[in-house]
Amino acid sequence: MSTATSTAPAWVRQRQQPGALARLFDSKPFLIVVCLLPAVGLLMTFLTYPLGLGIWLAFTDQTIGRPGIYIGLENFEFLFEDPIFWGAVFYSVFYTAIATVGKFGLGLWLALLLNQHLPMKSILRAIILLPWIVPTVLSAIAFWWIYDPQFSILSWLAMKIGIRETPFDFINSAWPARWSLIWANIWRGIPFVAISLLAGLQTISPSLYEAALLDGASPWQRFRYITFPMLLPILAIVMTFSIIFTFTDFQLVYAITRGGPVNSTHLLATLAFQRGIPGGQLGEGAAIAVSMIPFLVFATLFSYFALARRKWQQGEAND
Amino acid sequence: MSDVAASPGNTNTASAAPETMAWDSKARRVVVLYLPLACFVIILLFPFYWMAVTAFKPNAELYDFQRFNPFWISSPTLDHIYHLLFNTAYPRWLWTTMLVAIASTFLSLVASTLAAYAIQRLRFRGSQYVGLAIYLAYLVPPSILFIPLATMVVQLGLFDTPFALILVYPTFLVPFCTWLLIGYFKSIPYELEECALIDGATRLQILRQITLPLAVPGLISAGIFSFTLSWNEFIYALAFIQSSENKTVPVAILTELVTGDVYQWGALMAGSLLGSLPVAIFYSFFVDYYVSSLTGAVKE
Repeated sequence: MSTATSTAPAWVRQRQQPGALARLFDSKPFLIVVCLLPAVGLLMTFLTYPLGLGIWLAFTDQTIGRPGIYIGLENFEFLFEDPIFWGAVFYSVFYTAIATVGKFGLGLWLALLLNQHLPMKSILRAIILLPWIVPTVLSAIAFWWIYDPQFSILSWLAMKIGIRETPFDFINSAWPARWSLIWANIWRGIPFVAISLLAGLQTISPSLYEAALLDGASPWQRFRYITFPMLLPILAIVMTFSIIFTFTDFQLVYAITRGGPVNSTHLLATLAFQRGIPGGQLGEGAAIAVSMIPFLVFATLFSYFALARRKWQQGEAND
Repeated sequence: MSDVAASPGNTNTASAAPETMAWDSKARRVVVLYLPLACFVIILLFPFYWMAVTAFKPNAELYDFQRFNPFWISSPTLDHIYHLLFNTAYPRWLWTTMLVAIASTFLSLVASTLAAYAIQRLRFRGSQYVGLAIYLAYLVPPSILFIPLATMVVQLGLFDTPFALILVYPTFLVPFCTWLLIGYFKSIPYELEECALIDGATRLQILRQITLPLAVPGLISAGIFSFTLSWNEFIYALAFIQSSENKTVPVAILTELVTGDVYQWGALMAGSLLGSLPVAIFYSFFVDYYVSSLTGAVKE
């Protein structure tokens, strides 16, 4: 080798010395900073800072156009005696609980149906996801029209079949309105749950079912002791997401009832918006929004422990 | 929940070995599988059908269920769509929405590709924690942030401009995309990059010429997802935009088309239909990417 280089030195091209800029871009610490800067900068400015600012605002009396001063817990004391706020807390919890049970019951059922041999499976899957990709507000407007007090198609159908004499009252009194909104939320949530759980179902090895079949397990036992435990990790994650975004839901309620009739369907998010933006009481709105945080922390911890459980189950050390 | 799930559990193993199930007769399959499936599809699609039917119905038919069958249109009309396109600012709203969705998608794709590359490939001390922090950012819902963000947007002088939305949407797009792309980069063999390093490529060359081309499916998934999410976003657009011409489609339909006590259902439904079509079409081209991003992100 050494002789070859000495006999033909002209053959070796000089390696180009990289410029200072190129060397800078090749140093690892510099690259790490440059690569993380856009994402971390964006998130710090528009997520972490506002989160802190929101908590600060909750302790001030800021209104639109006037900077607030620190007033301690006054906002929370006021809310504590406000029946509308407690109504919103109640309905947020109720809405989340019922909608989650409905979404996961029906979504799991749909996932199990889709996990079988079916013709045109991919088209079916594409159709089923539609409610989830269409803007929520727009499908909410469609539900608003379906729930119309006078021209509801469901009322027409019920009256035609002869179940009812008068049109349904969907959104003009408290309890029917609450249930109607929950149903709209379930309708929108089913596809997400079903498709995510379907992905989980497809990772379960068929040999487990074969072994169970040989051992004479009943269908219920196969579901209870194979499908359900294998699905549990993914179920826990999807459920955490679902709970967080159902609890903080805004669009459906705002589009269909705007919290009415008589504030009976306010969620915490719609109440915060109503007090904060059109009402101008930014401090009070922020206090309502901040009061959602304990619930979210609870849901996140739930997710964290479910993830930890998954690691333990699979015996993985990292990731 | 498990009660509901119990009955389909019966036929669950049919996918594994249908021929071994002697009791899995055709009639049973219809009752247990096709019938519930048909119900699901009808219920999930009915609002869209109703939206479309209403959008093309003349007003005379719309409110008269006695003489006309409400499920069908006897004389379809384009009046509502014409009204929407030429008597309202609808084209303008569509344009704004498109602009905001594309710009924020682009911004978040750039930011999250770089971040995911740094976390997954330029391994450094604490990179796992940065990844975890970005994941946690996804769990902060917009409903908590919109009030402080509104005050920030006013202070920055961005109130009532599309820039406010373009800058704010990445807060929920970046965490999702980064998480998706970390998973994608993980699936690309690191040996390829090592070879390139030995051959004397710089890290930027490696990112541009090796990692990114291999990660194109992941980038497409993240892009589609971001586009639909920013097209559908509502609460920020409602809080930050005031003037009619800068509104996005979902907000504009709800605040501009709903006037007075008499709702023009025909125009409302036509607006909803037109507003849903772009995402629906876009989505239909990339269904598989969409599903993989949805399930991939959940599994990560």
